[in-house]
Amino acid sequence: MQAPSEGLNHAGLFMFTEVQRSIMSEIIETDVVIIGAGPVGLFAVFELGLLDIRCHLIDILDKPGGQCAELYPEKPIYDIPGFPIITGQGLTDNLLAQAKPFAPTFHLGEMVAGIERLEDNRFRVITDNDKAFIAKAIVIAAGGGSFQPKRPPVPGIDVYEGKSVHYSVRKMEAFRDHDILIVGGGDSALDWTLNLQPLAKSVTLMHRRDAFRAAPDSVNKMRALAEAGQLKLVFGQVTGLEGDDGHMTHAVIVDNDNQEHRLPATRMLPFFGLTMKLGPIAEWGLNLHENLIKVDTEKFETSEPGIFSIGDINWYPGKLKLILSGFHEAALMAQAASRVVNPDKKVLFQYTTSSTSLQKKLGVA
Amino acid sequence: MAKITYIAFDGTVYDIEAREGTTVMENAVRNSVPGIEAECGGACACATCHVYVDPDWVEATGEPQPMEEDMLDFAQDVQPNSRLSCQIRVTAALDGLIVRVPESQG
Ligand SMILES: Cc1cc2nc3c(=O)[nH]c(=O)nc-3n(C[C@H](O)[C@H](O)[C@H](O)COP(=O)(O)OP(=O)(O)OC[C@H]3O[C@@H](n4cnc5c(N)ncnc54)[C@H](O)[C@@H]3O)c2cc1C
Repeated sequence: MQAPSEGLNHAGLFMFTEVQRSIMSEIIETDVVIIGAGPVGLFAVFELGLLDIRCHLIDILDKPGGQCAELYPEKPIYDIPGFPIITGQGLTDNLLAQAKPFAPTFHLGEMVAGIERLEDNRFRVITDNDKAFIAKAIVIAAGGGSFQPKRPPVPGIDVYEGKSVHYSVRKMEAFRDHDILIVGGGDSALDWTLNLQPLAKSVTLMHRRDAFRAAPDSVNKMRALAEAGQLKLVFGQVTGLEGDDGHMTHAVIVDNDNQEHRLPATRMLPFFGLTMKLGPIAEWGLNLHENLIKVDTEKFETSEPGIFSIGDINWYPGKLKLILSGFHEAALMAQAASRVVNPDKKVLFQYTTSSTSLQKKLGVA
Repeated sequence: MAKITYIAFDGTVYDIEAREGTTVMENAVRNSVPGIEAECGGACACATCHVYVDPDWVEATGEPQPMEEDMLDFAQDVQPNSRLSCQIRVTAALDGLIVRVPESQG
């Protein structure tokens, strides 16, 4: 992606180069694109759906639910109105069920890289997977930002990133015949240890302790391979990397007896969980307040008409980063978005309890 | 009340009077001890309140629970005396406790 300062159009929104446009393989037209499938993005599907607005949701995670599903699926939440107690995953499942009548389309595992306004005032949205959308309105429900892998505190690791150090496996072939060092103790670390072991020159799995969070079945398989001498299991931490021009040859590790070793390794896969980074949102030409998107409290619209923002990512005086606040914001935003998406349509105020027209949409009447 | 000493990575010392029943993390955040972020607000879900317990206090603070051990996998530079400070509850027995903030959080 080019530097934002070069790519801004007169409206301040990000512009794509001709090359970027030509590689967009698929173009999806829809009413609204929602960026972020956290609890607030999911509830927005419901509120927009009641107003006959169809949505596509894009999230970098491989599942819906945002922080609730990724950071605390099993933990209880006590302040969702009407639910004295509900877990993060429980709330996500309920929101998905509630949004189901409106058949939202999910695009998971993709990050929204840029948005631009078209001449007809609609928007083009592009993902890092080269998927393109054309929408009448955009809802940014990006929460704490996009989830990105945590980088281990190894000095100079940035030089090796993308060449020898990877945080995910896109093509297994890129790891064939390499000495692979996998670091971590969860499912990602164990799954990739088992998947890459048959094609690697060697695999070392390193973890800080002899206990794994991963599925017991994978742990047993891994231990069997280690006993058979087909992979190396080490307990300790990586303290340094050696190599040339981003091409790694060795990892320096310290084991749990405080002994330093040099381990031949030409590929490293660290799995230390995810952290939230604002990501490309800062480059979209919207007015920000300390990295949060400024909105008004009537429509929850940003400084760009037609682009709305709700949930943890927005800011206005008195903002509380609570799920229930995001739900309220979604309801008011939907009213305003309806005027953008269907300018000629009158929005009637109706209750789901008593309106047969709303109940038809929900499939209950 | 119990006195807790936090030592930031740059050596700055913060002596804080903590009420019993609160957590070591909460007192750090309330007094803006640098390097203790507590992104998740104390739910043992993020590892950004990682501290090293002074060797003399390891026994008094006890062992991490399995959930805390799992979360410590995501912390940086984990040592045998590593703890998540949101999981250490202040008691009278911890009067004088010393904890250090790791360099990676400095
Ligand atoms: C441990 C913990 C406990 C909590 N407890 C409570 C509680 O008890 N009560 C309460 O009200 N709140 C609680 N919260 C806060 C609550 O989880 C958040 O307020 C809520 O998740 C915000 O929802 P959201 O939909 O705005 O954003 P998020 O849940 O953050 O979801 C945003 C989504 O957008 C995606 N995204 C961002 N940028 C992009 C991009 N460029 N492209 C594609 N996708 C993108 C992210 O990957 C993410 O999945 C808690 C939070 C934590 C961490």
